[in-house]
Amino acid sequence: MAPPLSPPALRRLLLLVLSLLITSVAAENVEEFTEELLLRPLPDRKALAHFHFRSSAPPSAAPSRHHHHFPKAIAQLVHQFHIKELELSFTQGRWNYEQWGGYDPMSTNYAKPPGVELWATFDLPLGEIDATWKNLTHTLSGLFCASINFLESSTAFSSPRWGFKLNEGNLRYGALPREAVCTENLTPWLKLLPCRDKAGIASLLYRPSVYKGYYHSQKLKLASSKSFGIILDQTLTVVLQPDSVRGKQLHSADGQLQPSWSMKDLFNRKLSGKCLVSKSSRVFFEIEKNIVDKVDKSGTEASWTNEIFVLSSAPDRVLKEINNMDGHSSSICEYDVSNYNEDAPLDVGVTWKLPLIWSCTPAPYHANRFLMGSGNERGSISLSFISTNMHKQLFDVSNDCSIKAVVFQVVPWYVKVYYHTLEIFIDGNNKAISEVVDKINVTPSEDKLFPGTLEMLLRFPCSMQSAALSLDFDKGFLHIDEYPPDANQGFDIPSALVTFPEFNSSRSYPETDSLFVSPLLRTFKEDGVVKSYTEVLLVPLTTPDFSMPYNVITFTCTVLALYFGSLLNALRRRTGEEERELKKAAGKRGLIPLLIAKLRRRKVDPVPPGSSPASVLSSKLLLKVVFVVVVAVAFHHFSNS
Amino acid sequence: MQCYRDMPEFIAQQMTNLGAEVYYHEFLPQSKHFHPLKFFTSTASSMAVKPNGTYANFGINTIGIIRAPRGDGKEAIVLVTPYNSQRVQSNELLSLALGFSVFSLLSRATWLSKDIVWLSADSQFGEYAAVSAWLNQYHNPMFLSHPVILDTKMYGANKIIYGPDGTTEKADHMSFKRAGTMAAALIFKVGETRKYGDRDSVTMYAEASNGQMPNLDLLNVVHYLAVHRQGFRVNIETFSSLLSSSWLKVIAEVFQNLGSVLRKINPDWKLDVTVPDYVEGTANLANSMYNQALGVPTGSHGAFRDYQVDAVSLEYSPAFHLRNENAKSSFLLRGGRLTEGVVRSVNNLLEKFHQSFFLYFLAAPSKFISVGVYMIPFALLLAPLPVVASALADDSKAKGKSVDDCKTRGDADDLQIRGGSWKWLKSARVLLVIQIWAVLVSLLPYYISQIPSAMAIQYAVIWAVLSIIILIALYAMFGSPYCAGVEWKLLKATMITSITIGLGLMSIINFATAQLGALILIPMCLFSLPLKVQLEMKLLPRTVLLASNILLTVLGFPPAAFLIMKGLSKGSWTLDIGEFWSWMEFLWEWSSATYLYLFLVHLPCWLLCIHVLLHPCHPPESKVKQE
Repeated sequence: MAPPLSPPALRRLLLLVLSLLITSVAAENVEEFTEELLLRPLPDRKALAHFHFRSSAPPSAAPSRHHHHFPKAIAQLVHQFHIKELELSFTQGRWNYEQWGGYDPMSTNYAKPPGVELWATFDLPLGEIDATWKNLTHTLSGLFCASINFLESSTAFSSPRWGFKLNEGNLRYGALPREAVCTENLTPWLKLLPCRDKAGIASLLYRPSVYKGYYHSQKLKLASSKSFGIILDQTLTVVLQPDSVRGKQLHSADGQLQPSWSMKDLFNRKLSGKCLVSKSSRVFFEIEKNIVDKVDKSGTEASWTNEIFVLSSAPDRVLKEINNMDGHSSSICEYDVSNYNEDAPLDVGVTWKLPLIWSCTPAPYHANRFLMGSGNERGSISLSFISTNMHKQLFDVSNDCSIKAVVFQVVPWYVKVYYHTLEIFIDGNNKAISEVVDKINVTPSEDKLFPGTLEMLLRFPCSMQSAALSLDFDKGFLHIDEYPPDANQGFDIPSALVTFPEFNSSRSYPETDSLFVSPLLRTFKEDGVVKSYTEVLLVPLTTPDFSMPYNVITFTCTVLALYFGSLLNALRRRTGEEERELKKAAGKRGLIPLLIAKLRRRKVDPVPPGSSPASVLSSKLLLKVVFVVVVAVAFHHFSNS
Repeated sequence: MQCYRDMPEFIAQQMTNLGAEVYYHEFLPQSKHFHPLKFFTSTASSMAVKPNGTYANFGINTIGIIRAPRGDGKEAIVLVTPYNSQRVQSNELLSLALGFSVFSLLSRATWLSKDIVWLSADSQFGEYAAVSAWLNQYHNPMFLSHPVILDTKMYGANKIIYGPDGTTEKADHMSFKRAGTMAAALIFKVGETRKYGDRDSVTMYAEASNGQMPNLDLLNVVHYLAVHRQGFRVNIETFSSLLSSSWLKVIAEVFQNLGSVLRKINPDWKLDVTVPDYVEGTANLANSMYNQALGVPTGSHGAFRDYQVDAVSLEYSPAFHLRNENAKSSFLLRGGRLTEGVVRSVNNLLEKFHQSFFLYFLAAPSKFISVGVYMIPFALLLAPLPVVASALADDSKAKGKSVDDCKTRGDADDLQIRGGSWKWLKSARVLLVIQIWAVLVSLLPYYISQIPSAMAIQYAVIWAVLSIIILIALYAMFGSPYCAGVEWKLLKATMITSITIGLGLMSIINFATAQLGALILIPMCLFSLPLKVQLEMKLLPRTVLLASNILLTVLGFPPAAFLIMKGLSKGSWTLDIGEFWSWMEFLWEWSSATYLYLFLVHLPCWLLCIHVLLHPCHPPESKVKQE
């Protein structure tokens, strides 16, 4: 049936099989390191840079085996905690799903919620997982100089079954929205790379420009198995505002033109060669589908140079996305860094010839989450979906079609969500829950023990324009030592994750090089279910006045001192003795008081004996005091004037 | 009407050009409602008024949001510039320009950590209505709606705004966007009047509903930056009539002389206050207390305070003519810097302002009287009341006993039951009847205001007549207090107890009202003595007591107090009952607790006081004699 193969073709096939065999054999024994960088212009005058480093180690029997360039810390971690998969991300800023897209591999895999997010699956019996997770958080905390150890407490992590990722109960998920991300987290991350940031693509990571960006997400993904060993993917996704040629930031008010930029503008560096141990070192420049569309409309073919834009140097290869849906597809220009050196550094960039306005493909629904209500007592969490009408282009919209959406949400225990108050509004009509919710899994929170977890599979009608979910909650009270250091700001509810399982954003590119498939493009190909994270929420809780204990202590101390002082005084005093002393003193006094006393005693007998000398004494004292005061005032007055 | 419609569109275009997220918020004017109890209930239930029918007239707020580049979007700072979209004045244009320049600066700022929301509020129905409608939608959105009907009926005019092909853009611009928990809000506008002076001045308004104040630190930040950095003159509202009053000057001089004498004794005692300082401080303080006591917000910042957001209004009064371009640009620069400074201060806060600076009176933009100080006079006023009440009750008991002793033993048991230790029940019943009357009187306006198309004076007369009728009816049903034979001492004791409770409760809700009320009520209650008892006294104390009784009783009657207050502040002494009605209407529309205070604490107390004054004193004893 098959056409007879011509001899050259046969030879090629043989070669291919051979080479595949060789690579597979090599992959089993040799540690590999690849470094890649993807650049992409964004519609709102910004640029996206995505660094992807992959280190892989072959499976080994002994955990204490020597590694060539695979980080030993990671290998030990994997062996110690029996990790199947692990993903740790540090993110600063928010991914703008409306402007930067929500339906491409970049946004579904590398758009992460602000702060730290960690999830891991373990290859362990279910009973041992929680203890291992706790140890793991401490280890990672030490490795990455971050307070990941706060995820140790059982109030901080949860074990979703299917809302986050389908698993058999061996997955743990935790997020720290408040964790600040900075260079102290980047440095240990870079240490895991064989060349650190001294050579290769990582040398572009000029800290001031990386941290000046609008979005910064550094991620570490681990996968291990008996068959392929350990694969460590380190990615860094940054969205930067390129410095324009004039040296100042191009602002929208200055005109609508897209800025022309190159790597030098973004990172203040040029790329002068690869990391020597890397197997491959490439730079990709991605041209979005919508740009390709516009370029095609202008009449020229969308290659690296056309009527609308030109890339700074000719790429080694141009890859077109394999897309059987419609004619247009994004394309990628590939540069091999090994062809460049110190004398001829690589500086990939784009120069726009004509102003171009395009937009990224959005996710089927924009998911927003917000708090309702005010005050310190109760409130509601609301999740709203607004249709982008994207699916209407993709699908044939019939009346009874529906779109699935999975909501995964973890709520800390002090936000006591009443799950029975779930209300769903579709296009302004209150719908019965059974109409919309296909499957729901709720783990109610338990005070000071577990957070609440909500996993929900929703089914929206295709014609829906907007939907809103609302859940009421009460705000709990914390014990005084459970408050974080900056409690007055409020408390965070971590981002919710909305997944659209029917939408896949994966992109496949033709494999030009049979010997080597780029790990970056491979990740684009696999696991592309469209996801989007919602905002982090800030719930103002009642916070005690932390200076109050001080006030109370000082106040009580004063009262106690006064009380005990007077009590002691009363107890210590011997009134009978004192009276006798007074009498003696009165007896020894001069003649006049004695006379007066005698006179009085004769006149009124029942007068208590102690009172009259005392009254005389006090009036005398008063006179003396008045005299001294008058003298003092007069002296002061005259001395001043 | 169409030509004014492009104002929101123009603003939205400018915001979009800056790279901000933009949307329109459409709202309907709120109709007048009688809801004096609103401040007790949650805002959500009472505010959810469903629009029905067609509305040709609605306001459009234009909102722009700048997302902080590296922020996490948990918190937001709100800037508000009110303008009237129907009739844009040049001063409103200037305040919009100020808002735009600040917004455009902030859109480039890399230091932002909180999102910035610029609300250009359409103040055609009043700025408070616009801001509170937006805030209500922000915090308590209504998901239940009939979008199709609303779109066709209410938003029929949208095409004018968005143009014929702007369908997708319209959907984008109509969806309500949020920016996290609000950290603080700053409302700024340029006043209409030009104030002649060497410097531009800023007037700060801070009083929100029911005497709530924003955090003092916010005012301090504004004041410091305005005075010491940008060279504005900062004012707060003041009673201008007090500034020129001669008796205040006399008091001030006395204080100044006393202070200077004390200073000579010890130069470290800085007790001397100069006359102008004292007079100005008093006028400011009086206004601050009055505004808090009234319980009505002094501007749109009051809407923010209802959602526990600190907000302050700044009204710029330029010292230049609005056509002077150079002065305008310099003003924009300084006003913009002031706003930027305040935004920076709030932006850089990790937590909130310190929690303890909410209770204060302002005596000057930078001087305040803290709760620790102003609580003392009120506590001193209130503290003797229970003592007086118990003394009176005890007195009456003793007297009752002495009466018993005169009687024969046989009657004594009978008297013990009717008069003895349970005698206070009778006076309590009187109090109860009067309280029921007060509740009915306070609820009457709800029904009276349903009467269509009547003058305010007619409403007021109906109200007065109805309340008198109700009082008579209640007396007919439960018996008048004099027939029951209540002793005046017990009546007075009950009255004093009831105002102690009333003032104590009010001091929690609105302190300033309680304090001002205590100043009138407490002397009125303590001085009240039946006229017949007064007749038995000597001439001098009698005349003094009588004069003070009459004076305090007149002062204590709310309409009379209102008239006197109006006369003192405006100098017009014309009697108009209708004005009293409109004043009350003003109070309940703003859901001020002062209305409740006036009718549930003040008025019953005043009536009881009248009862005590007109007490016949003898009937119970004569009854006893008859028996």
